[in-house]
Amino acid sequence: MSSTRLRRKAGPYALLVPAILVLVVGMAYPLGRQLMLSFHEFGRAQQFGQPAPWVGLDNYRELVTDRTMWTVIARSLAFCFVNASITMVLGTLVAVLMKRVATAPRLILQISMLLAWAMPVIAAMTAWQWLFDTRYGLVNWSLRKVGFASFDGHNWLIDPLSFFFVASVIIIWMSVPFVAFTAYAALTQVSEETLEASHLDGATAIQRFRHIVYPTIKPVLTIVALLQIVWDLRVFAQINFLQNVGGTPSETHLLGTYIYSLGIGQNDYGSASAMAMFVLVLTLVLTVRYVWSLLKEEPR
Amino acid sequence: MNARARLWGVVAIVLAVIWAFPVYWIGNSAFQPVEALRSPNPSFLPDFSASGFGRVFDDSFVDSLKLSLTVTLLAIVAAVLCGFVAAVAISRFRFRGRRSFIFTVLAIQMIPPEALFISQYKMLNDWGLLNSVVGLGLLYSALILPFTVWMLRGFVDGIPIDLEEAAMTDGCSRTRAFFTITFPLLAPGLVASSVYGFLQAWNEYTLAVVVMDPSNRTLPLWLKGLTDVSNEAVDWPAVMAGATLVATPVIILFMIVQNRMTSGMVGGAVKG
Repeated sequence: MSSTRLRRKAGPYALLVPAILVLVVGMAYPLGRQLMLSFHEFGRAQQFGQPAPWVGLDNYRELVTDRTMWTVIARSLAFCFVNASITMVLGTLVAVLMKRVATAPRLILQISMLLAWAMPVIAAMTAWQWLFDTRYGLVNWSLRKVGFASFDGHNWLIDPLSFFFVASVIIIWMSVPFVAFTAYAALTQVSEETLEASHLDGATAIQRFRHIVYPTIKPVLTIVALLQIVWDLRVFAQINFLQNVGGTPSETHLLGTYIYSLGIGQNDYGSASAMAMFVLVLTLVLTVRYVWSLLKEEPR
Repeated sequence: MNARARLWGVVAIVLAVIWAFPVYWIGNSAFQPVEALRSPNPSFLPDFSASGFGRVFDDSFVDSLKLSLTVTLLAIVAAVLCGFVAAVAISRFRFRGRRSFIFTVLAIQMIPPEALFISQYKMLNDWGLLNSVVGLGLLYSALILPFTVWMLRGFVDGIPIDLEEAAMTDGCSRTRAFFTITFPLLAPGLVASSVYGFLQAWNEYTLAVVVMDPSNRTLPLWLKGLTDVSNEAVDWPAVMAGATLVATPVIILFMIVQNRMTSGMVGGAVKG
């Protein structure tokens, strides 16, 4: 009897063991190790096998004082903010549009958005690289056709601002479908009767949106915006790809690519780890409330 | 009113064309001869010259395909097995530490690969697992495990425990009741989470860049490698053919899951 009870008590823990093992080896152990790395200095001597000296918080001090690091952080936050905002606005507008139009155009729009959403990131990147190609790209060809002769052989990736414009176009193109579908699902929850009643009572379209539609979809939009911010901080694939095909890395680094170039490029594991810890903490700070709200519905 | 509705319909179609265009352009360019893509004017309709596919379908593609399939399969099997038992634990049992476990899993789900890949690289380097299927597979299973747990847990929750309990009063052990009654009903959940894992691992680029050598490329790295040559020499029909090969299974699977997700939501609503 007592052995059965023990088995029943230990049962759920035993079931968690495999998952915990994978997460410890793949995530927790590297995390602890990264924390340690971030307190050490990796210079030239360490490349020749010297042990790395302990430097306390020096690498973190660098985050704020080193001009390059500080620029990369500011640039990433700005890039993230711009992309997340545009994606949210466009996605919500597309959702409103889906709600408004007849079934046929809505289905066509949904299929098209689904296609863009499903595209593997690197396949999509090659498509956009080809569209923005200097010599044979469709974008330059179209701009020439409508009268901008200067786009003959124009390179879109050399100038950093233009580089980030291209990156933003791609990232927004990839991200809008998710926002649109989620916001559309939320919009279908808005009560038609209330809308109709307020319409009869003389509420304008803007008033109806502000007082009826917006409060209904706000919780969903908040979560989507949060996820969008977190995702737009992790754009390593897109930036790395564009840097490889023509950008100037030193002027176009965002957090991910900079950590990579510091750590794996220059073996400066200390500074790279400090910056990675910054990204990690930033992400957790941004998302902890959302995760907590998911947990609230959990029975104790 | 009617004219207005029609106007919005036109706007929707225009948006649809813009969003689908890059996808169309991959397909269109994949079926062009090289000369057509180097002419002063682009061709907007496919030529159905499949030579690009012929040039891209070589040994390096097959090697990358094998590597991608192996890593993906390894990651899915590990994540779905571990995720499944963990999902059963948090769905069917109440125990101390349960909420902490769920919280940790959800928090880990939010961590971007960028925030850990330096030390993951160092770790695999020490263990001699850099540039190996096992090393990349390990990182991938940790990457997809959190969401797998969360997703499967939803599926286990969806199956009423009453059935199991009835079987147990008839003298079945708890384990046996679970495997004969509940497990068969979980097949859709296992399929859905495997597909999710497939999409993640198959498309993954960041960790693959960090862990793998240029000699040993997963499909996304292989595809990217096709454009690595100097700009003038890029064989665009071949690159677009490569993109088509990489994207087609993903798009098909994505459409299937998308359907299942929608019907799953409807099913949930009906069940109440």
